Amino acid sequence: MNLLRTTALTLCMLLLALPAAAVIESYEFSERELETRYRALSQELRCPKCQNQNIADSNAPISQDLRRLLHQQLEAGDSDREILEFMVARYGEFVRYRPAFNSATAILWLAPGLLLLGGAGGLLMLLRGRKQSPAALDSDDQARLTVLLQTVEKDA
Amino acid sequence: MAPRLKLFLPLILFLVLAAFLFRGLSLDPMAMPSALIDRPLPDFQLTELADDRPLTRADVIGEPALFNVWATWCISCRVEHPYLQQLADSGVPIYGINYKDEDAAARRWLRDLGDPYRANIVDREGTLGVDLGVYGAPETYLVDAEGVIRYRHVGVIDERVWRDTLEPLWREVLALEILP
Repeated sequence: MNLLRTTALTLCMLLLALPAAAVIESYEFSERELETRYRALSQELRCPKCQNQNIADSNAPISQDLRRLLHQQLEAGDSDREILEFMVARYGEFVRYRPAFNSATAILWLAPGLLLLGGAGGLLMLLRGRKQSPAALDSDDQARLTVLLQTVEKDA
Repeated sequence: MAPRLKLFLPLILFLVLAAFLFRGLSLDPMAMPSALIDRPLPDFQLTELADDRPLTRADVIGEPALFNVWATWCISCRVEHPYLQQLADSGVPIYGINYKDEDAAARRWLRDLGDPYRANIVDREGTLGVDLGVYGAPETYLVDAEGVIRYRHVGVIDERVWRDTLEPLWREVLALEILP
């Protein structure tokens, strides 16, 4: 009986267990505005070790370090631009989810627009081709068609 | 467009896609060019692992050398350790950057497994690591005599990596050293 109760209690406790929050540490900020910027920047900065995670979501040690660094820099009064430049100087454009526009990233920025234009162009051509396809019969063909239809009707 | 050509459109699209996907098979998604290539080794003021004496950038540059980021928590570091020893024995100067590690564990590691390093920079907080753009261990940097980073290798150094990638660059750096 006692064992049963203990087991039941344990199971109930397990049901109450909350999923561990993904991001571990929380930082205190001296100003509310800094916290908002911290959130925005940690969403925009990409974890260098991971394939596709920002540092806000990543548990990798390097992300923890970068979050700590970000907190320090914000408290030290660095601007968003300074912080991003600092990170890019060390980890390259890879570290930003919105990399700066330059010759290396041009294809990233332009490809969606170009693909959309290409798709729209293709669609336009397809639609135009379809409209033309039921070509009008010239008078000779029209005469032949009438004769054929009459023959069919006679046979029926 | 000629109707004949239109027929082949799906095939052409398929071939283009297949070419891209095939190329993708041999690309390493983890490969990331270092932002610090051809830039000077960052300044630092840290200590030496064995005797806690202060160590700065000026103490470790002056001749071409490898800078190896390692830690006792890093399994792959244990894998590459014997090969680093071999390289050191053949005369390649290697400096260690003991990255976010415990000093006692690191000293024990060197005592038990051998010490291929000229000196070990203790980077307990990972500050030098951040300045170098390190995002894991092991990583190895090839630095020339002027203290300029020439190459970064992420991952284990073994005989193949040394022979195919690092050694040619190493010879190049050495040759530059002798020429001017």
